[in-house]
Amino acid sequence: MYAWTLILLLLALMALAYHFGRRRAVAGAGGVAQIKTLHSLPAYYGLYAALWAGIPAVLLMGLWIGAQDQIITSLVTASLPTELVEGQSAGRVGLLVNDIKNLATGNIVSTSVTPEIQAAADQYLRLERLSDRAMWLAVLALAVGGMAFAWRRTEPRMRARNRVESIVMVIMIVFSSIAIMTTLGIVLSVLFESLLFFQRVSPLEFFFGVDWSPQIALRADQVGASGAFGAVPLFSGTLMVSVIAMLVAVPIGLMSAIYLSEYAPRNVRAVAKPVIEVLAGIPTVVYGFFAALTVAPLVRDLGAAIGLEVASESALAAGMVMGIMIIPFVSSLSDDVINAVPQSMRDGSYALGATQSETIRRVIVPAALPGIVGGILLAVSRAIGETMIVVMAAGLAANLTANPLDSVTTVTVQIVTLLTGDQEFDSAKTLAAFALGLTLFLVTLTLNVIALSIVRKYREQYE
Amino acid sequence: MSTTIDVMGKTTGATSSAELAEQRHSRATVGDFTSPDARMVCRDVDVWYGSKQAIKGVSLDIGKHEVVSMIGPSGCGKSTFLRCLNRMNDTIEGCRVAGSIRLDGQEIYDKGLDPVPLRARVGMVFQKPNPFPKSIYENVAYGPRIHGLTNNKAELDELVETSLTRAGLWNEVKDRLDQPGTGLSGGQQQRLCIARTIAVSPEVILMDEPCSALDPIATAIVEELIDELRANYSIAIVTHSMQQAARVSQRTAYFHLGDLIEVGETNRIFTSPQHKLTEDYITGRFG
Repeated sequence: MYAWTLILLLLALMALAYHFGRRRAVAGAGGVAQIKTLHSLPAYYGLYAALWAGIPAVLLMGLWIGAQDQIITSLVTASLPTELVEGQSAGRVGLLVNDIKNLATGNIVSTSVTPEIQAAADQYLRLERLSDRAMWLAVLALAVGGMAFAWRRTEPRMRARNRVESIVMVIMIVFSSIAIMTTLGIVLSVLFESLLFFQRVSPLEFFFGVDWSPQIALRADQVGASGAFGAVPLFSGTLMVSVIAMLVAVPIGLMSAIYLSEYAPRNVRAVAKPVIEVLAGIPTVVYGFFAALTVAPLVRDLGAAIGLEVASESALAAGMVMGIMIIPFVSSLSDDVINAVPQSMRDGSYALGATQSETIRRVIVPAALPGIVGGILLAVSRAIGETMIVVMAAGLAANLTANPLDSVTTVTVQIVTLLTGDQEFDSAKTLAAFALGLTLFLVTLTLNVIALSIVRKYREQYE
Repeated sequence: MSTTIDVMGKTTGATSSAELAEQRHSRATVGDFTSPDARMVCRDVDVWYGSKQAIKGVSLDIGKHEVVSMIGPSGCGKSTFLRCLNRMNDTIEGCRVAGSIRLDGQEIYDKGLDPVPLRARVGMVFQKPNPFPKSIYENVAYGPRIHGLTNNKAELDELVETSLTRAGLWNEVKDRLDQPGTGLSGGQQQRLCIARTIAVSPEVILMDEPCSALDPIATAIVEELIDELRANYSIAIVTHSMQQAARVSQRTAYFHLGDLIEVGETNRIFTSPQHKLTEDYITGRFG
């Protein structure tokens, strides 16, 4: 008795409902010849019936499946012999219930199987089977009931089209709100975890402290685990890597966009533009080991050759590679907005005796500037949020430094290190990741808002 | 000019269809295409877009202090011809120009000639007003700035003012020179484009249907302006409105499918056209 059998059955019922709804509408109108007297096309009456048959049943089924496990579990727990449950912590009881479920589904069980547990598992299975059957009955009954309801309501004057359309609209609203609610959910969960963090570590320390050492002492005498959460070195590291990335990406991206859109012959453009955009398709993890294994040693050796001391995980190497990754963002977006500047602007400038470079510098780039700025800000938020490259190429040490040859760490790198491996999810160390994530999110959100408002302001001015 | 047969005086009423066909396919232009005081001299100009010939052996003079209008049905090549006069066609891929076009005796399609300074001498006003997305002041100051025509801010201010005054726009915009030029009305924008063009003191101004995007009142203002500009500049104007051609120009050239069919005093063209095609067009039988 699988759930999808029930779904297939429901679909068949809906098809049946469609057929009968349609037929009833046509019959009610007085046959095919009188079809004009119907308010809507016959298919809408069919759809109306099908939706009534399907939607309530599917909703019930979803609710049932969602609630079933919890109800059965609590029933089983309640029926456990008191000596097994009494005086135990909630966690212990949870483990026990888990064992019972594992036993019931035939998985590996962690404890020895006592008769009590065997009995509970049997009960679990019994209840599950019962609930399954009840669900089948209830769902099918509801589908047939919906069908009957629609059947009774169907008559030629019923506004079937309007009803079907409003149901479809509600369905679309539900789906679009799923996306919005997911975003909201992520933000809220990050927010609440961050609040938990800020109960343990004061925001003042987090935002202004210059010492980052998230290892918490497990024992009182543990060495090197001070548990300091001053995030300034992370912010400065992120900022430095992003600035280096933008210093690489903006000139290269902008220049190549100008060349491609204004100077390049058509065949060069046809090849070069896709090739540049391939950069955007390279997985960031590939950029990461390119940075760590190729660029970083190169930078270190070059530095050594001119007598500079360069860390093998320098901010410079990570930033440069990140910049290369971002080039297509800048160039592709800039290229689009430069191409969107109307030809009449160029003609107007040429007709005044301006050269091509004067036209580009004084007319085209200023006209395209809002779009270019928008593209750059988008690239900045991409750079700040970028993770893989810095995980591999930037260091872990939270140095507060302005020297790009030093090793720095970034917010994203620290989130990764805080959350990888086995972690307890209630220590300040883990919660710090949420606080960092929230900060990151707020910064990129602000950047996007600024980018949008700049674009809008210029657009008003120039249209 | 010697290669072209002058068939002035030939009556059109009784032409046989064979004669008419021959006339339609001949490259001969009816009427006198020369000007006694010519600024630009074009002879046997051919233009191709790829393999398609858009202009076939057109010869036409543009005199000093005169407005020459070019009329004809869409696709007849009048705009193409106009865009040859300041080499704006250079920007179109696959466009090829043959023949001779001289400005003050200098061949403008000469290999050694740079089209950039040429365009400062032969300005152009487009069909759709195309002010830059800059302030009114900057729109006019654009040309003088890139050509270094003024030495200081005061001179530039003065040049902007005289240009706007000549374009008849000064009184309307003198209080808002720092506002974007794109915020003006269509007619004001077109006059701003004219001011921008005359700010670089060209010798010739080319106008490609300058009023087709304007309402009748704005059109009347621009037409009046064109008439005033004649005192200082040579003007070639492409127009779809025969009334406009009659109002603003001294000479009119009628183009048809890449041929210059007839040219002459505007009055004569509109009162007694000699070529059948010209007559058909002017009397509204097609076009």
